[in-house]
Amino acid sequence: MEKKDIPQDTSPLKNMTREVYYVKNSDGKYETGLSAGWVVKNEALENAWEDINEQVRAAKQAVLTGEKSPIYYYFVLQLMDYNVLSGYTGFWKFSIKKHMTSKGFKKLSDQKIEIYAKVFNITVDELKNFNH
Amino acid sequence: MAENYQHIQTAHCENGVVTGLLKHQGLDFMTEPLAFGLGSGLFYIHIPFLKVSGGPAISFRTVPGAIFKRTCKALQIEVVRKKFSNELLAQQFLDEKIAQGIPVGCQVGVFHLSYFPKEYRFHFNAHNIIVYGKENDTYNISDPVMETVTTLTIEELKRVRFAQGVLAPKGHLYYPKSIENFDKKLIQRGIVKGIKRTVNDMLHIPAPIVGISGIRFTANKVKKLRAKLGIKQGGLFLGQIVRMQEEIGTGGGGFRFLYAAFLEEAAEYLQDDRLIPISEQITKAGDLWRSSAVQMAGIYKGRITEQKDFDDAANMLYEIAEVEKTAFKQLEKLKFNS
Repeated sequence: MEKKDIPQDTSPLKNMTREVYYVKNSDGKYETGLSAGWVVKNEALENAWEDINEQVRAAKQAVLTGEKSPIYYYFVLQLMDYNVLSGYTGFWKFSIKKHMTSKGFKKLSDQKIEIYAKVFNITVDELKNFNH
Repeated sequence: MAENYQHIQTAHCENGVVTGLLKHQGLDFMTEPLAFGLGSGLFYIHIPFLKVSGGPAISFRTVPGAIFKRTCKALQIEVVRKKFSNELLAQQFLDEKIAQGIPVGCQVGVFHLSYFPKEYRFHFNAHNIIVYGKENDTYNISDPVMETVTTLTIEELKRVRFAQGVLAPKGHLYYPKSIENFDKKLIQRGIVKGIKRTVNDMLHIPAPIVGISGIRFTANKVKKLRAKLGIKQGGLFLGQIVRMQEEIGTGGGGFRFLYAAFLEEAAEYLQDDRLIPISEQITKAGDLWRSSAVQMAGIYKGRITEQKDFDDAANMLYEIAEVEKTAFKQLEKLKFNS
């Protein structure tokens, strides 16, 4: 890639930084240049987020129908996997799976609810009274 | 506080931390491509059965931490590294080093990294930053992917140093010990060793998912995507390839341009012009990776959706595999006299 070809498309990075690219200068030698972003990459990221948003909508629906508990919703919303949530809460994966069913959720102690609320950075009330 | 710490912006965070910390210790010659080459940063792996946000687990670079470790080893620089089970001890140790004027590299998670845009904040735990000062409740941060220095509060830094999930940092910090009497011959020797390791990584690891065979493995998958996953899921798969390839920090083209820049520098250090045409071929591979991304974007944005379009994308990957194979075979044949 040549220096003049560095893409300068508006991207989600716009208020944070520009990125370093390694490109050929007019003498055919490598140097660095800065890119504001590349539309091809932006579209891949957008696509990934559209998919995430869809999963969040489905998760919300699953909570509303009583199939899943609010813990599942926040787990999806905050892009977690079991490693992440288990790491933050200290609970085993199989316990977390139980807490993600509405039946398991109802049996949760206040203390555990508090741990989850803290990890999700929401109030106990928000977690208990799902309202989205 | 290391008041004289000079922020440098690099493409990749780990290269940046290596370059920044070694320069600070007086190794003025350090550049990002050199760190990347000495540390054999270039790689390719496609891990089957493992999914990352719905797409394939692909990496264009070596494992986190390896570049720092190998570069320091090649230059015979002693390294201090620590992990902590206790957040308070982690902070105390860091504060102590900063008070001594030592800038320190820290592994952090990006999900809670406040200065990153939301769109980039996933639970990715192998980001690297340099902490070089502290004023009241705020740390001075040099994040190598940023144009300028930034800050994090005590709480914010604690949170990202103790992020959870895969590759959890556990407060991991590291810095080189001070360097005396550096022997410049180590650079040449390190370059040759680094090149050999990359050649081996790309050509000779006996697993069909690594190096050149790994690229072909991905190409085979791409061919079958449409029939197997459908247009939409197949598109997400391709989007994931592009994101890994062009993610912040690759310098473009899945680190290929960065490696070509390293070979150009290596030609200078070794006084060996035979490296220049090989550097050109790696540049070509980088350009091809970029073209394949454009093709894949056509698919994941729904502009082109026929089987032929998937085939074209796969064929571009086969071509990349050929170009890289030729380049690394030539590199392998070179005999260096050092």
